[in-house]
Amino acid sequence: MAKRIEASNVTAYYGAFKAIENINITVEPKTVTALIGPSGCGKSTFLRSINRMHEVLPGARVEGSLTIDDQDIYDRDVDVTAVRRMIGMVFQRPNPFPTMSIYENVVAGLRLNGVRKKSILDEAAEKALRSANLWDEVMDRLGKPGAGLSGGQQQRLCIARTIAVEPQVVLMDEPCSALDPISTLAIEDLMFQLKDKFTIIIVTHNMQQAARVSDRTAFFSIEKTGDPGRLIEYDNTQKIFSNPSQKKTEDYITGRFG
Amino acid sequence: MTTTVTSHRPRPAAQPDTLRAKRLPRYAAPAIALAALLVAAVVVYGAGIGGPVLVVVLGALLYLVGLFVAANAVEGRRAARNRTWSALIHSAFVLAVLPLASVAWTLISKGVERLDGDFFLTSMNNIGARDPNGGAYHAIIGTLEQVGVAALISVPLGILCAIYIVEYGRGKFAFAIRFFVDVMTGIPSIVSGLFVLAFWVLIVSPWFNDGRPSFSGFAAALALSVLMLPTVVRSTEEMLRLVPAPLREGAYALGVPKWKTILRVVLPTALPGIVTGVMLAVARAAGETAPVLLVAGGGAAINFNPFENNQSSLALFVYQQAGDASRYAPARAWAAALTLVALVLILTIAAKLLARRNRLGR
Repeated sequence: MAKRIEASNVTAYYGAFKAIENINITVEPKTVTALIGPSGCGKSTFLRSINRMHEVLPGARVEGSLTIDDQDIYDRDVDVTAVRRMIGMVFQRPNPFPTMSIYENVVAGLRLNGVRKKSILDEAAEKALRSANLWDEVMDRLGKPGAGLSGGQQQRLCIARTIAVEPQVVLMDEPCSALDPISTLAIEDLMFQLKDKFTIIIVTHNMQQAARVSDRTAFFSIEKTGDPGRLIEYDNTQKIFSNPSQKKTEDYITGRFG
Repeated sequence: MTTTVTSHRPRPAAQPDTLRAKRLPRYAAPAIALAALLVAAVVVYGAGIGGPVLVVVLGALLYLVGLFVAANAVEGRRAARNRTWSALIHSAFVLAVLPLASVAWTLISKGVERLDGDFFLTSMNNIGARDPNGGAYHAIIGTLEQVGVAALISVPLGILCAIYIVEYGRGKFAFAIRFFVDVMTGIPSIVSGLFVLAFWVLIVSPWFNDGRPSFSGFAAALALSVLMLPTVVRSTEEMLRLVPAPLREGAYALGVPKWKTILRVVLPTALPGIVTGVMLAVARAAGETAPVLLVAGGGAAINFNPFENNQSSLALFVYQQAGDASRYAPARAWAAALTLVALVLILTIAAKLLARRNRLGR
C-alpha cells in the first residue's frame, strides 16, 4: 500500500526568502530515504512540504509539483487533511498531547477524525503500540498521561500515534536527535520493521544513522547563508557513503565541510 | 572574641584556602530581632512619642541595621549584604500581605454579627429604619443571576474572540480588534453602565415594554459583560499563545482539521489558565456597584426574574446599607460584604477544581 513520491522542481519560500530551489527526487515505495546535509540547507523544509506542513507557517508557500502515485498534492481541490492522513509525520521533539492519556494519544488521529467505536479504537491502539515496540512497556498504564513517559518512550508514542491512522508514507524530522543511544536504536529497529508497510523519509544529522537505516540518501547543501538549499546528490546509500560522484558530498560525509 | 578578630583579615580574593566560613549562630537573628524590638519599645515609650505600630517600624529598622553590623563583623561583607537583602525582601512580602490580612480580619470580625439565617433567607422588603432584621437574599439572587448571565454572554464571546486573534487573525483587522480590546480594558464601570442605560434601557427595551424603559437585572448583566469581555479576551489570548506550536503541528500532521485541533487539543491544554482569567473577570463583575445602580435600580424585594423589574446585587446592597441612616444598616453592609467575598472565593475554588479534574493526574 505504500506509495511513490515524486518531486519535480520543488521550490519553497518563507515570505520573500527562498529556502529550497528546484528539488527533484523520486522516492520508491517501501524504502527508507535519508535526507542529509548541513544545518539550514532545507532538508526539513522539503520534508514539511511533502505533507503540506510547510504552509502552516504564515507567508510560507511552495512552487513546483509534488505527486503521490501521480496525484498532485498541491492541486487546488486537494483536501489538506486527506494529504496529511496519507502522509504522517514524526517531529524532532516528542510532542504527545499533554491533556491526553497514552491510549487517547495513540487513537487521537482516529478519534479526532470521527472514529467512535470502542472496539475499533482498542484494536488500533494495541496494533499501533505493538508496531512501535511500546506495547509491553505501557500496556498496564494506558490511562496514565502520555507526558509522563520517558523521552524515548514519548517519541515511540508519537510514532504509534502517527501509524495508528495507517498512512502510506511516514516522514521523520530528526526523530532521534533528542534521544539517548538506546532509544535511538529502538527507533532504528522500528524503521526496519515499518519499511515493510510504509515509505519512510527521514531527516537526520547523524551520518552513521543515515548509513544504517536508509536505502537511498539525498544530500542537500547551500552555497552560503541566505542562498536557497539545493539537492547535490541523490543515490543509493551505499554509493553515497563509499563512492560519491560529487566532490561536495564527499567533503561533507568525510567531515571536511559542514 | 578579640582573639578571633585578628585572624579574620581579608583573604586574597582569587583563591580562598578553605571552603569553610564563620557563620552567625542559629539564634543570632531572632536574638537581634528581640533586642531591636526591646530597644525600640524603650525609646518609643520612654520618649512618649507613639504606640505599638511605631515600635514595630523602628524595631524592624534597628533589626536590619543590627543584623548587617553583626553579620559584617562575623561573616564578612558579602554574607552581611545577603542577609540584609533577604530580610528586606521578607519585609516587603509582609508589607504586601498586611493590607490583605487587615481587610480579611475587618470583614470577618464586623461581618459575623449579622451572619445569621435571617440574613440569608429574607429580603429588605418592608424593613423600616427601626427594624433590626432584614437580609440580603434578594441581593444574593441578583448577584448570582446578573454575574451568571454576564458570564454566559462574555465568556463564549471572549474565548471565540481570543481564538480569532491567536489562530485566525491576520493583518490590520486582528490588530484593530486587539487594540480595541485593550481600550475596553480601561472603560470605567460607570461608563459601561451609562452605555447600557442609554442604549438598552432607554432605546431598545421600550419596544417590548409598552413604550416604557425597562430597568432589569439583564440590563445590569449587559453592562457587566462589557466589563468582563476584555479580561476574558486578554487572559485567554495569553494562554492560547502559551500552547506550544508543536502540539498544533502534531495534530495537523495526523490530518486533524484546524477547528478540531483548536477545540480538542489547544483549548484543553490552555483550560486551567482560561478558567483563572474567567474567574478574575467574574470577581471584577461581582464587585461592581455603579452599573447595577444605574440600570437595575436595586429593589428591596426578592425578584427571581432578571428580565423584568428592579433587581439588587450584593455590591449595591453594601452601598445602600452603608449609606442608610438606620442604626442596624452598617451590620447588614458588613455581612453582605463578607458574603460577597466568600461567594467569589467559593466560585474561584470550585472553578479551579473543575478545571483540574479535566487534567490527568501524574
